Amino acid sequence: MRRPADTDFPKGLYMISDLIGENAEALLDDWLEAADRVSRARPELAHERRLQARSFIEQLGQSIDDDTRPEDVRSAPWSGVRETLDAIVDTHLDEGKAPADIAFFVMSIKRPLHRLLVMRGGEPDDMLRVIWRVDLIVDRLGLYTAEIQIRRKEQVIARQQEEILELSSPVVQVWDGVLAVPLIGTLDSYRTQQVTETILEAVVETRSEQVILDITGVPTVDTQVAHHLLKTVAALRLMGAEAIVSGIRPQIAQTMVHLGVDLGQVVTKARLSDALKLAFRRGGLLVSGGAAN
Amino acid sequence: MTPRIPILELEGALLVTVQVDLDDQLAVQLEEDLGAALARSSARGIIIDISGLELVDTFLSRILAQIASMSRVLGAEAVLVGMRPAVAVTLVELGMTLDGVSTALDIDRGIARLHALLAESP
Repeated sequence: MRRPADTDFPKGLYMISDLIGENAEALLDDWLEAADRVSRARPELAHERRLQARSFIEQLGQSIDDDTRPEDVRSAPWSGVRETLDAIVDTHLDEGKAPADIAFFVMSIKRPLHRLLVMRGGEPDDMLRVIWRVDLIVDRLGLYTAEIQIRRKEQVIARQQEEILELSSPVVQVWDGVLAVPLIGTLDSYRTQQVTETILEAVVETRSEQVILDITGVPTVDTQVAHHLLKTVAALRLMGAEAIVSGIRPQIAQTMVHLGVDLGQVVTKARLSDALKLAFRRGGLLVSGGAAN
Repeated sequence: MTPRIPILELEGALLVTVQVDLDDQLAVQLEEDLGAALARSSARGIIIDISGLELVDTFLSRILAQIASMSRVLGAEAVLVGMRPAVAVTLVELGMTLDGVSTALDIDRGIARLHALLAESP
């Protein structure tokens, strides 16, 4: 027996698009009932869920056809369906649903769709194929909801990273023309770039010529970190500002020497106060009084 | 006539304000003009204001370094002022740290820096 290829499904045999369009309300009821069995929506959100499910069915009816292939769900004509899925995922996430629940919600439309197709009838072989086809499409849409969720999480992580960056390197103007930047946490290349940009902008804004980079909060200084520090210092110099690195703890100094880390011509000081004194002197300011002089 | 970057003489220094994006030809022309101006005048310093520059490539940064070296040969000093943060970051990423070139935040401080440099030099 010749097994018909799965790709050449005859268009017009089931007319899935019309089938969904004509039975939209029944399908909706059937679907939400099935979905509620897996995971109920909060009562105040039930109406919202129904609206979103209805527009999903509408969009699905417009996009799907007998010869739709599963991979088509990523194509441009399916953008309407994907948008309704975006909205569905957002509502579920707001509700605090688990990732699996969201996928289950979408996939629970399978049984109602099967019933519609069975209602239409036909050769068992054709029916099996069309059901199989519809299943694959719905599976893809379920997977797509997982992707949206991952993307949403990534957006949250990216935003938090930005916030951490801003929080972890405040630029403080300690005196006219003197900036201090306490660096906290590990310096990687991305962070260094962000911090450098922030510092350079602050230099322009405050017209400061002296910049103290305090690395008390940097846990280790290896060749990589030193390299990043040197880059920041070089950029500062290009703009016409001078950098002083302070807050080098004895253990860190020791490790740096052991590792052969070379900070080149960068001026380094053990304590922030030493750096501050140097910055004042360079800026032509006189520090007087006090026993620590 | 090809466009040129104007060179102003001000209190014993040559002041160059770059307001347009320097293309290669314009940059080379500027280097030549500055050399000629230094030889002609009694100026002992050059201040190049690049605050208007949004783009500096390796070629241009090499020209700037050359201008600094050339002025030293001619018994003068050059100060590069007003580099934008984005330009500084790009140059560092390109590895062009312009080690031999003096820098300052703005023209005001550039002049002060120039005086300090000239006081040090013989």
